[in-house]
Amino acid sequence: MHQEFRTSSGGFIDRSKEISFIFNGKKYYGHRGDTLASALLANGIHLIGRSFKYHRPRGIFAAGVEDANGKVQLYKDNITEPNVNVTEVELVEGLRIESQNCWPSVGFDIGGINNFFSRFFPAGFYYKTFMWPKSFWYYVYEPFIRKAAGMGKAPLDPDPDRYEHQYEHCDILVVGSGPSGIASALSAAKNGARVILAEDKSRFGGSLLTDNVTIGNKNGDEWVEDSIAELESMPNVTVRKRSQVFGYYDHNMLVMFERCKDHLKNPAPYTPRQRLWYIRAKHVIISTGSIERPLIFANNDRPGIMLANSAREYLKVYGVLPGKNPIVFTNNDTAYETAIEFKAKGINTTILDTRKSSNAGVVQEAKNLGIEIKFNHGIANTSGYKKVNSATIGELNNTKDGYKNLQTLPCDSIFVSGNWTPTVHLASQSGNKLKYEVETDTFLPHQSRQKETVIGSANGSFTLKESLADGFKKGFQISDEITKNSKELSVPISDEKDFRLHDKFWCMPLPNNKNYKRFVDFQNDVAVSDIQLAVREGFRSIEHVKRYTTLGMATDQGKTSNLNGLQLVSDLEKKIVPEVGHTTFRPPYTSVTIGTLIGREVGKNYQATRKSPMHEWHEKNNAVFVDAGLWLRPRYYNRGEETLDEASKREALNVRQNVGICDVSSLGKIDIKGKNSAEFLNRVYTNAFLKLPIGKARYGVMLREDGMVFDDGTTTRISENHFHMTTTTAQATNVLSHLEYYLQVVWPELDVNVVSTTEQWAGMAIAGPNSRALLKKLFPHDDVSNEGLPFMGFKEFKFKNITARVFRISFSGELAFEVNVMSDYGEEMWNEIMVLGEDLGIQPYGTEALSTLRIEMGHVAGSEIDGRTIAYDLSLEGMLSQKKDFIGKRSLTRKAFAEKDREKIVGVVPLDKKTSIPEGSYLVENAKASFPNPKLGHVSASCWSVEYDNPFSLAIIKDGKNRKGEKLFAVSPLKNIVIPVVIISQHYVDPEGKRVRS
Amino acid sequence: MLEIKCPYCGNRSQNEFAYGGDATVKRPELNSMISDQEWDEFVYYRKNPRGNHLELWHHVSGCRQWFKVFRNTATHEIIQTMEMKENP
Ligand SMILES: [Zn+2]
Repeated sequence: MHQEFRTSSGGFIDRSKEISFIFNGKKYYGHRGDTLASALLANGIHLIGRSFKYHRPRGIFAAGVEDANGKVQLYKDNITEPNVNVTEVELVEGLRIESQNCWPSVGFDIGGINNFFSRFFPAGFYYKTFMWPKSFWYYVYEPFIRKAAGMGKAPLDPDPDRYEHQYEHCDILVVGSGPSGIASALSAAKNGARVILAEDKSRFGGSLLTDNVTIGNKNGDEWVEDSIAELESMPNVTVRKRSQVFGYYDHNMLVMFERCKDHLKNPAPYTPRQRLWYIRAKHVIISTGSIERPLIFANNDRPGIMLANSAREYLKVYGVLPGKNPIVFTNNDTAYETAIEFKAKGINTTILDTRKSSNAGVVQEAKNLGIEIKFNHGIANTSGYKKVNSATIGELNNTKDGYKNLQTLPCDSIFVSGNWTPTVHLASQSGNKLKYEVETDTFLPHQSRQKETVIGSANGSFTLKESLADGFKKGFQISDEITKNSKELSVPISDEKDFRLHDKFWCMPLPNNKNYKRFVDFQNDVAVSDIQLAVREGFRSIEHVKRYTTLGMATDQGKTSNLNGLQLVSDLEKKIVPEVGHTTFRPPYTSVTIGTLIGREVGKNYQATRKSPMHEWHEKNNAVFVDAGLWLRPRYYNRGEETLDEASKREALNVRQNVGICDVSSLGKIDIKGKNSAEFLNRVYTNAFLKLPIGKARYGVMLREDGMVFDDGTTTRISENHFHMTTTTAQATNVLSHLEYYLQVVWPELDVNVVSTTEQWAGMAIAGPNSRALLKKLFPHDDVSNEGLPFMGFKEFKFKNITARVFRISFSGELAFEVNVMSDYGEEMWNEIMVLGEDLGIQPYGTEALSTLRIEMGHVAGSEIDGRTIAYDLSLEGMLSQKKDFIGKRSLTRKAFAEKDREKIVGVVPLDKKTSIPEGSYLVENAKASFPNPKLGHVSASCWSVEYDNPFSLAIIKDGKNRKGEKLFAVSPLKNIVIPVVIISQHYVDPEGKRVRS
Repeated sequence: MLEIKCPYCGNRSQNEFAYGGDATVKRPELNSMISDQEWDEFVYYRKNPRGNHLELWHHVSGCRQWFKVFRNTATHEIIQTMEMKENP
């Protein structure tokens, strides 16, 4: 299909393959090897979208990541992605793109009216205008801003693609594959270093793809091809294109994303879309090149205006003419090469140069070719709504603040060049203190904080000869420090054109009495007038100017605007740039899709899932699971049409009446051995453990040093110097770290070892009046009577060949036993118990019933031990030994902990015996008191008491000790309900604890 | 992400470790008379120096040993890592 602006030959595209795509509903064609940007330009399309603030028509401005205008909504295979840069997307079959930030269409945009009201949108507009009244935010300002400034549509469906993470180590990471990058990679690799070479584009070579140079006896692009092939053949080298190193972090950790899939026509199944690399490099060579700087002039943002070197890249790499009647506007020599390349394709250009003259070789060459050059000229203004169609040009006056004369020059494009900005983002992220070089008007890397070296034009070496020499030398020196191989390559001879200086003049004056906008930052619509206003209003720090005007913010990170903005502020303040300083460069260097950062850790892979040894049994028996930290625990076992409430009531009642079995494998278990174990436990727990008899378990409470209750559980003495500790499921890992801290840091003289055995034991609680009868069937030859295995007793029994640890402990308040067997035998044991218990009425019960049982007994758990309660608050003050010291004891003498009306745990029952009290409700004396109603405390846990068949809750309230019998109100502002309640004891069922001892 | 040399396992990335605070803080002896001031210093007060800092780290996803790291808090330079019984 005809592509009007495609040249007949040249470029690196595959002209044999034509690929169609759809832009704003219309079908176009490009070639394999195109980017969306080059394919659009080949069809003469410049207008891509509308600008952020003023909705001005904007076109493709550059050929690489520095393009801030070409953001579109991309569709492929029913997947959509917003804010995609057309210069970064490779053309493949099936792409559809739409302009964004415009309504109803990119050609006619209602928001464009903002442009006519632009004097109402100056710097700080958002801060100044949308400040008050506050209520306007929700109804007026925010909807208005959102509608007017919509930047693409977020996809609503889950991302179907796969993203992966990879960790890699290397001696030297080389970022950027231009001449200096390839030179240093070759040099380091040949010297034996393990090298990673990363290139963000789909082709290696950087400037060598567009420049007319020779290296050795090869053209630049041939040298690239041969060098890359050589590097790829070496086992110590990893070469990656389509790979953007976007962040430089501490200890030489860099992150890079690699585009693996989007450019493929038929990707293999499970191909990740992108791969995130974490690279730890001994040394980093930054050869990221430089970005051309725009010139600033009135209406410099029209479609058709682009960077001169980008225009050359479109021609040389893609065979695309971004214009057939271009003006080249420059303040330096490099843009002449663009005019020369266009001339070679038969396109005549007019060069406007702000300088009075230049004697560089390339300028002479342009003159010899008969290209028209107007020295000492500037562009005063441009015309053309959707695309530039003429420029108002003029000869600059002697002071360069006005024009001697103005004339109109028709054109279909303007290629601008305002000198070059080294890409120092990575060096700056690494902590490099940049220094300003007045001669080239650039910030250059200066003092590295980490092991990094910047070379090539990123370091201000703007000739090929310097870049190659620098690359080979640094590649050798850095690698030799690591490998000591002393193998040095010689630098090949190179030939290039002669470019010289630039003009220190980049911001064109406006025509007399005109206040046209001259844009500095295209992405954020920041014009010269905005920066002038910010300075006039007293903003001095460049960081403040940045935030007030939004200059250099967002995804663009000031790639093309930074230096121009700084120079403008410096001029306005009559300072030099280094005094103004520069803003901080922050990662990511370019936009990174969130999927890449997350990798495989999505959905059920977000965290590891821990399953008990009996998990499959639960699944087969209709368990409905609940997350308990990383664990999946049965919440209840579904029977028929039961609801959660019905099922958990049935299960809890069955424990009170018959016998139930609950999987408690997730409880933390810690094995403690060593001759000082008892002494250690005596310091860790608030109660005494020194004299715990062998074969006995004891309930223990541990505190943090600040006196707050940390965790509780039972610890059993298995032999003289061997203990088995249990912790809550939630605190298991924290308790282990806590014990290790005291053993290794505070009391290393104690001979104690601790190790987690949580996953080694399958735990099952057998609870209910029939539990002893069941145990008897399970261990018919052992004595499980009240005398043989008394409350808090421990015995090891044999079941077949399985050793079972049997603890007589109870969380439910019923007669209960906990049986532990090695994990591999868990399911077998559980099955036996279910079979033997059948005629005793056994049913499994889940965490919901477990909760009900402990709440109505008044046992505290995680909702009460919440890190803000002391032992007294939980009615555990009886657990505090008066005779010995322990962790956190000294804190308990704090005045606040001893106050008479201190919070304390109580039981709460609704007066109507019907209404359940939502957890988190406040308790207040007067439900009608005005706001803020003094809060006495909160409801920590609620259940439906199966013993009394009415709701029951636990609460921690002020002066709880003296409030029994008081009538209060439970209020839940979230649910807008008020429930009259009465305060009772926390021990609703069996307050004397007879059942557990029966 | 820092790279920390566990004295027992060698160089590992920071995500294997947990930070444990100032390594120079000493817990008062058990069963000793401790003034409110001393106890508050131990439980609550920590210096927040800009520069070299001796701190505790715990190799939680590794050997589970606590050890000392001598680190510059401003530059993240790790000058030295050592076992608990050692000092810089
Ligand atoms: Zn370790």
